[in-house]
Amino acid sequence: MKARVLVTLKSAVLDPQGKAIEGALRSLGVPSIASVRQGKVFDIEIDGTDQAKAEATLKEACEKLLANTVIETYRIEFVG
Amino acid sequence: MKAAVILFPGSNREGDVARALKHVAGATPTVVWHADTELPAGTDLVVLPGGFSYGDYLRCGAIAARAAIMDSVRAHAERGGLVLGICNGFQILCESGLLPGVLVRNARLRFICREALLKVERTDTPFTSRYAKGAIVRYPVAHGEGNYTADAETLKRLEGEGRVVFRYVMPNGRRDDTQVLNGAANSIAGIVSSKLNVLGLMPHPENHVDPLLGSTDGCGLFESMVDALERV
Repeated sequence: MKARVLVTLKSAVLDPQGKAIEGALRSLGVPSIASVRQGKVFDIEIDGTDQAKAEATLKEACEKLLANTVIETYRIEFVG
Repeated sequence: MKAAVILFPGSNREGDVARALKHVAGATPTVVWHADTELPAGTDLVVLPGGFSYGDYLRCGAIAARAAIMDSVRAHAERGGLVLGICNGFQILCESGLLPGVLVRNARLRFICREALLKVERTDTPFTSRYAKGAIVRYPVAHGEGNYTADAETLKRLEGEGRVVFRYVMPNGRRDDTQVLNGAANSIAGIVSSKLNVLGLMPHPENHVDPLLGSTDGCGLFESMVDALERV
């Protein structure tokens, strides 16, 4: 089973890298960029076919390591 | 003093800390590999040195915080043993939950490598007893992610309990949260645990212990730990 975990900074946390990218896009003249936030993507393959079980595993992975829940939130998606 | 310096892959200040411990405290520390599971018997002080543990992959200190040796470090801290985390070591302490909050990218994005002025906010800790209260000290900083942040409730608790030990200040000795070099909340440079035995700080006291390097302001921190351990 393939899953994608997206980890992003909480909206209240300043994202200086996102801001820098936002500024760069503006200076390149890319139109209509309102704001940019940067995050991380983890593509994870899991053994087994039980989606509920896989979701529990991924939650554990996020809470234990992938996200620092002081500043980040995570989202789990199953892909293909 | 029996000191252990934990070596993670990517640590690079372990030699500086070992030198400072020997030079100031007369203690030759044992270097402990991150994959070990036990600290040397009778360890008084554990130092998590600066550097880029695990290449700063994922988040600074995140992988090191889950290394095998950290269970022993946690147990040592729970017993009241001294733990000092400098720079990447501070990041590891936050990631491991031994200290609250987190260090994020410097507000102005740049890696900062220069001297910082710090105010010693309290002197009744095992790390600062040799300083005068309110003393301004000069420690070098070298970090890209030293911007301390925590939720409002945690910050309020830290301030209420007087757990901010070092704060960045301006040349006039005053704190200016709008000008803090890395953007840290409340100009925080270093905090202690509630039992005062775990200190995390971004600046490097171990690099200012010899007049050859322009300052001996860091000596007080190492001398304070020797005093604290002699009192036990």
